[in-house]
Amino acid sequence: MNKLLAEEIYYEMVLGRLFELAAKEHYMAGDIAGFLHLDIGQEGFSVAAMKAFEKGDVFTTYREHVMAIARGMDPKAVMAELFGKATGVSRGRGGSMHLFDPSHFFYGGDAIVGGQIPNAVGCAYARKYQGRDDGVMVIFGDGATNGGAFFESLNIASTQKLPLLFVCENNGYAIGTKITRVAPFEKQAKKAEPYMVTMEVDGMDAIAVYEAVREAQHLIQSGHGPVFLEAMTCRYEGHSMSDPATYRSKEELAICKAKDPIERMEKVLTTTYGMGTEQLEALKARAQQTVDDAVAFADASAEPELKELFEDIFCKGCANV
Amino acid sequence: MLYREALNRAIDEAMSVDETVVVLGEDVGLYGGSYRVTEGLVAKYGEERLIDTPIAELSIVGNAVGMAMAGLRPVAEIMTANFALLAFDQIINHMAKYRYMSAGKITLPMVVRFPQGVSRQLAAQHSESYEQMLCAVPGLIVLAAGDVNYAYHALKYAILSDDPVVFIEHELLYNKKGEVDPSESLDPFKARVVKEGKDVTIVSYLKMVDDVMEAVPEIEKKLGKSCEVIDLCSLNPVDFRTLEASLKKTGAIVIVEEDHKTGSYGAQIVSWAAEEMFYSLDAAPLRIAAEDVPVPYNRTLELASIPTPGTITERIVEWGEKNGL
Repeated sequence: MNKLLAEEIYYEMVLGRLFELAAKEHYMAGDIAGFLHLDIGQEGFSVAAMKAFEKGDVFTTYREHVMAIARGMDPKAVMAELFGKATGVSRGRGGSMHLFDPSHFFYGGDAIVGGQIPNAVGCAYARKYQGRDDGVMVIFGDGATNGGAFFESLNIASTQKLPLLFVCENNGYAIGTKITRVAPFEKQAKKAEPYMVTMEVDGMDAIAVYEAVREAQHLIQSGHGPVFLEAMTCRYEGHSMSDPATYRSKEELAICKAKDPIERMEKVLTTTYGMGTEQLEALKARAQQTVDDAVAFADASAEPELKELFEDIFCKGCANV
Repeated sequence: MLYREALNRAIDEAMSVDETVVVLGEDVGLYGGSYRVTEGLVAKYGEERLIDTPIAELSIVGNAVGMAMAGLRPVAEIMTANFALLAFDQIINHMAKYRYMSAGKITLPMVVRFPQGVSRQLAAQHSESYEQMLCAVPGLIVLAAGDVNYAYHALKYAILSDDPVVFIEHELLYNKKGEVDPSESLDPFKARVVKEGKDVTIVSYLKMVDDVMEAVPEIEKKLGKSCEVIDLCSLNPVDFRTLEASLKKTGAIVIVEEDHKTGSYGAQIVSWAAEEMFYSLDAAPLRIAAEDVPVPYNRTLELASIPTPGTITERIVEWGEKNGL
């Protein structure tokens, strides 16, 4: 990885964390409502996976703010969506869990656990049919690998040899239940072994994630069929803001935080690329400014107009071809 | 032309004009479709466009959603409405909502089609009607093909339209004969006045329209009145204009449906009539629907559970006499 890319990944991780901390603060203040699933602790995975899968379609879950931003969506529009404002990416109709931008090949933001996986299979089919070889990446949590949609998708993607990268972001908890209490093993890639090549990566190591996703994307682009990548991560917060996460011990959380992806990347930047503290601080300050601007923008933005209530239910004006 | 041939022709023509149209479902390719709707198409368009899927309904619709997001026009076949229940997450949470939740950024030009209703002794897990659930979900266009010509035009429209459409067929209609006029420019959202009349408006859809038509001569004879019969065709949105014009003329409405009475689709039509047309009505609306029981296997019980031409006649005549029609 060159220095420029490493720096960019670091910057976006910091941006992601500061964004999430601001979101948390404004949730507590009542500016953001509904469900809010924070990515804090998992930024290394979220950012590096997006950077690595630069071209291609991405489907993901409700814990997607950082991914959306890393994918190129404007932090202002993402924050405004969290605030439910008219300037939000979904004009205030989707909220935190539903960020979409087809112009960045980013589809969700899906709030049904595992529901996006069959959609990604269909998209991969379409891309193969259209002769496009960028491939499709679908990201889901460990909790999603116990539902029927997941197994149906492994079967179809593998039978059809689709250019689809299944990525399980395993943070060890299906909401508040330890994954080993609801699945017979800790590593969910085992479930995919009969169907396809599986890989594992330390999700707290952004560089490793970047390299693993690149390698997997090359594989699926080669006509090899689907690949399953499992990234072991830690989330520092509860499942959502309504979850105090009392099911985890302080010791367990401390082990998690000792692997912090941002600190780890800082070490790489200073030792391998010779960056100084001042440069890192400047990046942090720039990220904080971007977040402050996003919050100010969201705060100052208008509420959606009432007439928007009935907009975009159907495709008005799209003529029947 | 048979009803299933009309559907086949609609898919065939759509596939021939637009190479983004693909068909997916259980047995739709090599087998030609459980009801022979896709017969012969795989030979013409290949297995890439006639995709045989595993028995996994959630995936059939979910995959179609993803295909549509990526620019294809998928037509997903589900073998029967009961199996579509396995795909209701994808139909309701994804197909119906992505456009709205993305503020119009995502367009889903897709069709999910399946037959429903009581056929012949298939028992409760193969005989139900679920239009009431689908029409209760904003974001879905729901069409019901009871007529051969309508089936052809409406399905072709549905495939080539940019909105998500649930296209409902009926188990017993696949071999129904009828004329198709391909040159006609038919509006799929317009209700079809099957028979004009001036005293009673009978509203129905799918196979029940045929049963109503069978009952009408006897009803007219016994009541000495004339019946107007309307096939709704589009269940969501509903062509209330045609209903309104008819009710202003007749002042009486009957809805006949194959669905269970409690929570049925017809209740919505009657509710509209009560809310919007109260002063045009000369009689209390009448709902003729299936009994509130899972559809039984035994033929006698099965027929007793749904409206038939005989019971439709009986109920309407009794109601007409009671209301002084």
